[in-house]
Amino acid sequence: MIRLDGVTKQYPDGTVAVDDLSLTAPDRAITVLVGPSGCGKTTTLRMINRMIEPTSGSVTIDGQDVLAMDAAQLRRGIGYVIQHGGLFPHHTVERNVAAVPLLLGTPKKQAITRARELLELVGLDPALGRRYPSQLSGGQQQRVGVARALAADPPVMLMDEPFSAVDPVVREQLQDEFLRLQGELGKTIVMVTHDIDEAIKLGDHVAVLQVGGRIAQLARPAELLAHPADNFVADFLGRDRGYRALGFDSARVPLHDEPTVSLGATVSEAAARAGSDGWVLVVDDRRHPQGWARPADLPGEGSIDERALALGGTLARVDGPLRLVLDAALSSPSRRGVVIDGDGALAGTCRATEVLSVIETRERPSDPGDPISHPAS
Amino acid sequence: MIGSIIDWLTSSASWSGADGILARLLEHIGYTLLVLVIAAVIAIPLGLWIGHTGRGRWLVTAANALRAVPTLGLLFALTLVLLPVLPGDTAFLVPSVIVLVLLAIPAILSGTYAGVEAVDPAARDAARGIGMTGVQVLVKVELPIALPLLISGLRAAVLQVVATATVAAYVGLGGLGRFLIDGLATQDYASTAGGALLVAVLALALDAPFALLERLVVSPGLTGRTRPLRPSEPNRTAPAGGST
Repeated sequence: MIRLDGVTKQYPDGTVAVDDLSLTAPDRAITVLVGPSGCGKTTTLRMINRMIEPTSGSVTIDGQDVLAMDAAQLRRGIGYVIQHGGLFPHHTVERNVAAVPLLLGTPKKQAITRARELLELVGLDPALGRRYPSQLSGGQQQRVGVARALAADPPVMLMDEPFSAVDPVVREQLQDEFLRLQGELGKTIVMVTHDIDEAIKLGDHVAVLQVGGRIAQLARPAELLAHPADNFVADFLGRDRGYRALGFDSARVPLHDEPTVSLGATVSEAAARAGSDGWVLVVDDRRHPQGWARPADLPGEGSIDERALALGGTLARVDGPLRLVLDAALSSPSRRGVVIDGDGALAGTCRATEVLSVIETRERPSDPGDPISHPAS
Repeated sequence: MIGSIIDWLTSSASWSGADGILARLLEHIGYTLLVLVIAAVIAIPLGLWIGHTGRGRWLVTAANALRAVPTLGLLFALTLVLLPVLPGDTAFLVPSVIVLVLLAIPAILSGTYAGVEAVDPAARDAARGIGMTGVQVLVKVELPIALPLLISGLRAAVLQVVATATVAAYVGLGGLGRFLIDGLATQDYASTAGGALLVAVLALALDAPFALLERLVVSPGLTGRTRPLRPSEPNRTAPAGGST
């Protein structure tokens, strides 16, 4: 557990970057600090590993006062990931990953072997280990940065805008893999981002900071969306709050049996199975949905092949969040949302009105106050 | 004219003896190496310190201003001051070495400083953040990344010192400068031109080992030798003002 208590950072010119900030980052959870530029989020993060020394207040990790520890020793025990990766350009990728174990005195051979395992863990080909950072793409460099932070298996990790230097598609991929990794490793993580969507997606707890280094709100993402503490937080969260909040709410919706045809069936077979609106769902031989077809639009002699499919619809899992279920219904050409089971096979279809009825019966997330222990400030 | 230069350069008489080409060449190399070692011992640690701490940048500016001091004038002034104080030949050697060291320092100092300064702040930040001490950051990260510019500075200094070490002959010392000055005095233009040619060839010859050194000690990750350079990468450039 990382605990900041009444931490203040004031620079000699009088600027207060962080003002009497108290925060607890619980074990094995991701705590995200988010806010506009100049809100002191990075300063706060860097005071945890003493890259910046607080002017007053205390910072403890598992009860140990970091200010009483040797700064370099302290940092070797904390994973550190920064924007752009911050890789050493003169070292090979595996040497970069092995940096902390080598500092700690691990024999070189052992450190390099471990580095290759870590590259695999973060989804890179271990053969890339022999290359230099300048030969990797931005996304690959960012993965190497994460691998380096994990190399000495620290219980605590600090991440400063770890995914913001890559394009949106790669970013989303990195975020998904990061969540998978965190599911396996269960590190205690404090992360900084300026991107509220990233904060809501990754954070178990989200602290919204406002300029002047004060916490405007600390809450779980769903609570944040449902109950912004003030106008600043509400503005910062932006639009679509109600819709985005559905991303944290899972509920069973009524499913309907959907007639299907297999890929390769004749158009006349498909026409016989199509619903009154003319659409029929096409599945493969494992009953995985492939897309919708409207036999009336197809030449009567042919068969249903991939070119005949309308692909606009998204898929939702039976146990998935309501946001995805509703989206499946809204995006489907037939207006019937395709729901799949855990194996990816068709479970049934749902209708937007029924999803909305389910949503109306759901309680909004609880009021803030109780769930997160908030040190008196 | 060219024929007489070739005659002078190829006759065995001009190569042998205490005032032959070989002896003068060795003297010249000796001055150059002595000056370089002294200048490097002063300028490299200083440049590393300024780059690492960000303090004392004015020293780099001040050193660059030194380039404006006329070498020959300073040499005569120093010799006049030191002549009564120092014994024998050292009264001539010490002023010459001081003048040449002052000439070599700016190139090495700004090369070293610029090399450390050019280190990606993210790499420096990461180095501290993963738990390197200040000295480890300098030795394991900043110095290796600074090497290309540092060596460029050294190479610029070598060229300048080789060319300018000819002035030592003005105060009665040896080196290839003897052929220029004595040749002018005796109107032996073959020796003057031949001497100048030898200085140029020596400058190129001394540059070669540094080029080799650079290939050996600079990481391929910095030079892009592992594959074609991309335009986004910083090119290796000589430090500002390095005249070659």
